[in-house]
Amino acid sequence: MRVRFLASEILGGLRRNTAMTVSVVLVTFVSLVFVGAGALLQLQVNQMKDYWYDRVQVSVFLCTADSEAPTCTSGEVTPSQRDAVLAELRSPTLQPYVESVQFESKADAYARFQQQFAGTAIAESATEDQLNESFRVKLTDPTKYDVVTQFFAGTPGVEQVQDQRRVLDPFFTVLNVATAVAGGFALVMIVAAALLIATTIRLSAFSRRRETGIMRLVGASKLLIQLPFLLEGVLAAVVGAALAVGALYAAVRFGVQGWLVEALPLFGYVGTHQVWLVAPVLVAVAVLLAGTASVTTLSRYLRV
Amino acid sequence: MIRFESVSKTYPRSKRPALHRVNLDVERGEFVFLVGASGSGKSTLLRLVLREDVATRGSVHVAGRDVARLSSWKVPHLRRQMGVVFQDFRLLPGKNVFDNVAFALQVIGKSRHHIAQVVPETLELVGLAGKERRLPHELSGGEQQRVAIARAFVNRPAILLADEPTGNLDPETSAGIMKLLERINRTSTTILMATHDTGTVDALRKRVVQLEGGVVVRDEAAGGYATGALRAVDEADRSPVDGPGGPGGGRGADTGWAGARPGATEVWR
Ligand SMILES: Nc1ncnc2c1ncn2[C@@H]1O[C@H](COP(=O)(O)OP(=O)(O)O)[C@@H](O)[C@H]1O
Ligand SMILES: [Mg+2]
Repeated sequence: MRVRFLASEILGGLRRNTAMTVSVVLVTFVSLVFVGAGALLQLQVNQMKDYWYDRVQVSVFLCTADSEAPTCTSGEVTPSQRDAVLAELRSPTLQPYVESVQFESKADAYARFQQQFAGTAIAESATEDQLNESFRVKLTDPTKYDVVTQFFAGTPGVEQVQDQRRVLDPFFTVLNVATAVAGGFALVMIVAAALLIATTIRLSAFSRRRETGIMRLVGASKLLIQLPFLLEGVLAAVVGAALAVGALYAAVRFGVQGWLVEALPLFGYVGTHQVWLVAPVLVAVAVLLAGTASVTTLSRYLRV
Repeated sequence: MIRFESVSKTYPRSKRPALHRVNLDVERGEFVFLVGASGSGKSTLLRLVLREDVATRGSVHVAGRDVARLSSWKVPHLRRQMGVVFQDFRLLPGKNVFDNVAFALQVIGKSRHHIAQVVPETLELVGLAGKERRLPHELSGGEQQRVAIARAFVNRPAILLADEPTGNLDPETSAGIMKLLERINRTSTTILMATHDTGTVDALRKRVVQLEGGVVVRDEAAGGYATGALRAVDEADRSPVDGPGGPGGGRGADTGWAGARPGATEVWR
């Protein structure tokens, strides 16, 4: 009986102020799109970090036949030059900084390249010879990459020492700024959503004060009096969250996977499975937001 | 059933107390009229019984329990033992007669089976059999008040509170409502009714408690509305008057306007 009662009260309430309900849905939708976009951007950052940081922090690229660096005047790196570099990496001077060293042959480099850019135009045009042999050096402290860089400056057979993180830093900066912007918008929109939900519930409580007054007098429990309003707000917010998940799914599916992957094939992008990771968070935010806004409003504007 | 012990109530932002040291003892099954001018504190007293408000000083006991000590989640259970009726009926305009009465049971979680059985019985008792499907605006004022009484009584409360239930009705219709309340009273339901309807009080000869400026100035068994009775009581010296009684001649009669529409038929709303 009470379940039916609640259901009819909630539907009635939502129908009674349709315009307000729709605006709550839309505002939560927009605010959660920003929250979700921020979360996906951070997932993108983490995915790139995982990919790059875990593999290698510093690459010591050895000369190829057509390297133009001054240290490569003798052409392709010789076996003795290569051994000398490895010996230096294992020397007492560098050892405290180096956790592990891995040699990547041209074949390894090619295979990884192909895997990383699978299905893109770059992958098809690359040849094994264009790629450098390298030592992939994992540092005990990744911030000390300067030690390695300076150590090999001018060493014959070493084309370049590259801290991978530095190459990626601009991307990370862009993504972090984008996250901050999305977060800022999300915050503003969430405040707007909370205020709108509070107002909606206040109006709803006002328009139903006769009913709630009678409920109070005949001894209905506090919970039963408040629950329809609470659920009304939560329901509208959850619909907003569902729309936000839908919008993010479409953006990732068609915008990122359908277009960006081809147009800007620099690294792996977030996929739809990450959207499903973010979805429960958005629903939780919606429930929490509407719940908090409702409870504070009801305690002020609904006598029980 | 209801006991007030030296109860005072001062509303916030108000200097004058709405009730001042009120002592009152109502037994189970009693019928008590609460009379007094407008603003004398009748509604406030009823609100304290309902625990819509709590006393500033003193204690209010209902069915043996100090209502101020009741935790807030137990208050609904207290209210399930009471029914309330107001001057303005307070029906839900979108619900028909049956649903208005059923509403009181639905929201306290009674089964559909129980509701289907008890609501028609109660509507029959208040004389509304056959009008179950009418909406409130299709009923006369008297009929609307009967619906309100049915809603208040449908859970068979031990106490029925009525705040000027005949205030919007003509004398003839009022008399009908009073007959109904008497019938409910005979089922050993305690009734506490605030009114300034002279004719009604005089006709029934029930216990009368008179308030004046928040003070009980008269508590008389089988009394009338007129304050002439007050003097008689004072002379007989059997009234537990608390506070300044004073002559206060004719004060109640000034506000007893209910007879002011002689011959008026039931108002159709
Ligand atoms: N909610 C309130 N806030 C402040 N003062 C009130 C409130 N309700 C009633 N009063 C005051 O308390 C006094 C008693 O009012 P009330 O109990 O309504 O009298 P009655 O029902 O006999 O007309 C009046 O002076 C009134 O102004
Ligand atoms: Mg009053």
